[in-house]
Amino acid sequence: MTAQLHLKTVNKKYNPGTAHEVHAVQDLDLEVERGEIVALLGSSGCGKTSTLRMIAGFEEVSSGEVDIDGRRIDRLAPAKRGVAMAFEGYSLYPPLTIRENIAFALKSERLRQAEVNTRVEQIAALLEISDILDKHPNAISGGQQQRVSLGRALIRRADLHVLDEPMGQLEPQLRAILRGRIKHYIKEHELTAILVTHDQTEANALADRIAVMEGGLLQQYDTPENLKNRPANIFTGAFIGEPPMNLFAAVAEVVADRVDLRLAPDIALSYPSAAFSEELQQRIQQDQGVMIGIRPHSVQLTEEGLPAEVYANQWLGDQTHIAARFAGGSIVSVVHDLALPKPGDRINLSISAHDLHIFDNNTGDALSHGGQLA
Amino acid sequence: MDHTSFLERWFRRVALSIIIVFFMFPIFWIVLMSFQTNETILRSPPSMSFTPTLDNYMAIIAGRLDSNVASMGIDFVNNLMNSIILSVCSVAVALVLGVPAAYAFARHKFRGSEDIAFTLLSFRFAPPLLVLLPLTLYFQEIGLADTYLGLVWVYQLICLPLILWIVRGYFEDISPDIEYAYRIAGHSWFSTFRKIALPLAGPGIAAAGLLAFIFAWNNFIFALVLASADKQPVTVGALAFVTASGIQYGQIAAAIVLSIAPTLALALWAQRYLVEGLSLGAVKG
Repeated sequence: MTAQLHLKTVNKKYNPGTAHEVHAVQDLDLEVERGEIVALLGSSGCGKTSTLRMIAGFEEVSSGEVDIDGRRIDRLAPAKRGVAMAFEGYSLYPPLTIRENIAFALKSERLRQAEVNTRVEQIAALLEISDILDKHPNAISGGQQQRVSLGRALIRRADLHVLDEPMGQLEPQLRAILRGRIKHYIKEHELTAILVTHDQTEANALADRIAVMEGGLLQQYDTPENLKNRPANIFTGAFIGEPPMNLFAAVAEVVADRVDLRLAPDIALSYPSAAFSEELQQRIQQDQGVMIGIRPHSVQLTEEGLPAEVYANQWLGDQTHIAARFAGGSIVSVVHDLALPKPGDRINLSISAHDLHIFDNNTGDALSHGGQLA
Repeated sequence: MDHTSFLERWFRRVALSIIIVFFMFPIFWIVLMSFQTNETILRSPPSMSFTPTLDNYMAIIAGRLDSNVASMGIDFVNNLMNSIILSVCSVAVALVLGVPAAYAFARHKFRGSEDIAFTLLSFRFAPPLLVLLPLTLYFQEIGLADTYLGLVWVYQLICLPLILWIVRGYFEDISPDIEYAYRIAGHSWFSTFRKIALPLAGPGIAAAGLLAFIFAWNNFIFALVLASADKQPVTVGALAFVTASGIQYGQIAAAIVLSIAPTLALALWAQRYLVEGLSLGAVKG
């Protein structure tokens, strides 16, 4: 029943040919396998919602093609696309009760009333809204309305389920519980889902693959693990991960059996040549300079290492973010114990070659992760 | 209103009373007049004590205008019927044309949409007399003068822009996502308009329809120029009470009361829809 989604070189331009032209989505190619959950992740205005609305049929595709289950759908009316959608603005029908709002989505499936009731009860239990089924939308909170909207989308057996910011309004505790349940529900019923979010945690927790978008362009489409460990460029490197990746400009110097990454005239990260592959050594030597990225979790406080001066620290309940002046810039380290350096303290930092991400200075593309070519 | 002081509450009541008396007194006086004879109305100083009489109403319904000099026939009941026919038909036509148009203007930004909408609004800018003179000539030419059809058509100048612009605002206030949600569940564009957009904008449509009805009902100049005696509405028909032998105040008052009645009844009936609209506004989005 479920289908795969295939976007082929899809473009979206608003106000084409005018002074106000906005190229919201540029040459987007994206494939979603059957039974897969994919997240479109990006900041506001990155083109993720436009993409979603083109799939659902509320925006026209400026050029390109959208296929669902091998069937071209980008010229079809929304009703004919086999897509179910949860709206960010909930969009419940005010005159109907919650129960009717949810059951409404099943109208086109022509089920018997008993079956409809069972399905509604099931989805209501899943989303913790059983107690409000007989209320009207104006009598429930925003978080509850959002869950109803989600329920209305999930109850269908559509070829594709499209979820626009499905949990933005929920309380954090409930969000964590529902993430697990919803993922299980989608997998159990072998649904294919594409969701839009700006919340990394939500994308990581729910999605099999994440498409990171920025400025209308797809930056990287990969598993959450690879996005973290093998960012394709500086943008995804800096965008994925909390706190963000530390970035420094560096010049590589290969001297005898060592590779030095010079961050400032008097500061260099020095590694044995063996830590870098031959090809990488050649490559970074050719370039006049590179960008290096280090995740805050990989910056270690050691006895030896490069000097830095702490200027702020934040205890977040389970970890501490230490910000320090380093190599003419700023670096953030995450530590998990409570033996904290205070602002003004001098500390020593070391960074393992295994944790280094090296990016091309001009294109921003990744050159290497952990000493091996990307 | 717990936080308002005694003085503030007291002041508010007085202000409200003054406003109500100011606006309602003429109507109250007209109602009183309609139960008096011309003699009691015209006595000086005016007095609130009189023996009520139904003569004025009887005369109007019978179509016989008695004065102390002569008796002449009037056709007020026919005028009333004309008013009802013209207003109801005009509003019905304006709703049928205006509501789908308002929806189109609200939901679809097509080339020139703002210009067309503004042109329709501009029908209300021109002084009616300026439009009427050429229109009369055209209407006589094509045989539409002195027909219900012609009048209903001209009344669209009053009703259509009103309905279009009020209802458009109501459609714009409905979140498009509610309609999208309905369409994506497998419904066509037209059934979305019928089942979602129309009911949600219902109170707005009722308000606009009521307003258009009142405007059409109170129109004087179009009917005066374009309609002959047997097509005249009450607004024009009331002129007949100004006779050579004097003005029949009592009968005019009775005629006014009778001609207010249908609009008032309609407003009272439509009120529950208007109130519903206000409470629906709270759950938007």
